[in-house]
Amino acid sequence: MTHTQSDIDTAIDELQNAYDEALAAGAPARHHPRRDYAPYRSSLLRHPKQPLVPVHGGDPETVELSGPVFGPTDITETDNDLTVQHQGEPLGERITVSGRLLDRAGHPVRGQLIELWQANASGRYAHLRDQHPAPLDPNFTGVGRTLTDGEGRYTFTTIKPGAYPWRNHTNAWRPAHIHFSVFGTAFTQRLVTQMYFPNDPLFPYDPILRSVTDRAARERLVAAYRHDLSRPEFSLGYEWDIVLDGPSATWIEEGH
Amino acid sequence: MTETILPTPSHTVGPFYGYALPFPEGEQIAPKGHPDTIVLHGYVLDGHGDPVPDALLEFWQAAPDRSLAGAPGSLRRNPVTGGFLGRNGTDFTGFGRVATDADGHYALHTLQPGTAGVPYISVCVFARGLLHHLFTRAYLADGTDPLLDSVERERRATLIARPGENRAYRFDIRLQGEGETVFLEFP
Repeated sequence: MTHTQSDIDTAIDELQNAYDEALAAGAPARHHPRRDYAPYRSSLLRHPKQPLVPVHGGDPETVELSGPVFGPTDITETDNDLTVQHQGEPLGERITVSGRLLDRAGHPVRGQLIELWQANASGRYAHLRDQHPAPLDPNFTGVGRTLTDGEGRYTFTTIKPGAYPWRNHTNAWRPAHIHFSVFGTAFTQRLVTQMYFPNDPLFPYDPILRSVTDRAARERLVAAYRHDLSRPEFSLGYEWDIVLDGPSATWIEEGH
Repeated sequence: MTETILPTPSHTVGPFYGYALPFPEGEQIAPKGHPDTIVLHGYVLDGHGDPVPDALLEFWQAAPDRSLAGAPGSLRRNPVTGGFLGRNGTDFTGFGRVATDADGHYALHTLQPGTAGVPYISVCVFARGLLHHLFTRAYLADGTDPLLDSVERERRATLIARPGENRAYRFDIRLQGEGETVFLEFP
């Protein structure tokens, strides 16, 4: 059955209203999307129906309270500049994206791997399965990596990605976004997410963004334009801090 | 430590991570040719029992000497070409990353984690359609263990990899439905 945008909007609104009512009645805020979010149709057969089983702290050998480490051998010097990976300059609006990687206490997470991938300025991924009729850019692949510095900061130079159509329903369009993959000091803190750009008119129609039903949490997925991060004659600046969830070994040691 | 700031929400990995996240030798945690290499492998299946061809699995484990310190070098890059050199053959990074094949199958080559208890490998599952990753564990044996013992009897087997021939352990991941894998949270 083919769904219209109107069908999807109705389903999104029902789930939004249910969340808002629960929140008003005192339920805790939900920071992450629920996995069974029907408006995103690919989720239907790919979410568990049984409740998650808690792993309680206290066992120092709990493997997930530690995590993989990365170093200078895992990146190259130009990995954080997606505009210099080919012979020529990519097409599109050049941007600088920078921010800090933090834990829930606000402490910087240093020396950890941040990976990103994205569509080009026309909204096309350098991926065989993306066949929508927008041009590939021979000077843009759309993959970057970096390690956070001593303040937990990361910086990428890239191109603002375009919006693109997908097949969730008829006339479905994803707002422009950049995919991020982030490691913390513990495997429990692992995060894969997407960063959006301010004031995108596609936000209300997108079941992936709307799967985060908490309004304040949704806002945390949207970067801020920062004029002081813009570089003269070169790029526009966006700032986006990433805050990792989940316990870590230091958390447990401090008595949680 | 107090929680002072709120977390960034998770999102799905989507369908197009394939040219960005997988890396050569992501499935080779064991040093090449190590005589004690074991294989952890299986299928990722959806709620209809159909294979999931676009899942990404990550693995994290203790080294054979029980260390959880890890080591850099999982992705070891070539600074000349921008490509990948492959792992250096001596350091045990403890980290693996494997995308499922077109038939939903994965295979990880590694060494037995060292532990005082029942050995297990931590598994993190990402996929298109999965809005927030899932954690589970592949135990390489059954035995007394705080998590295994907290799981109802009929679901316990979903956490235990089945030993087969040639040091291979079979560990399927069922996202939904009959035989649904036990997935974990860390409150």
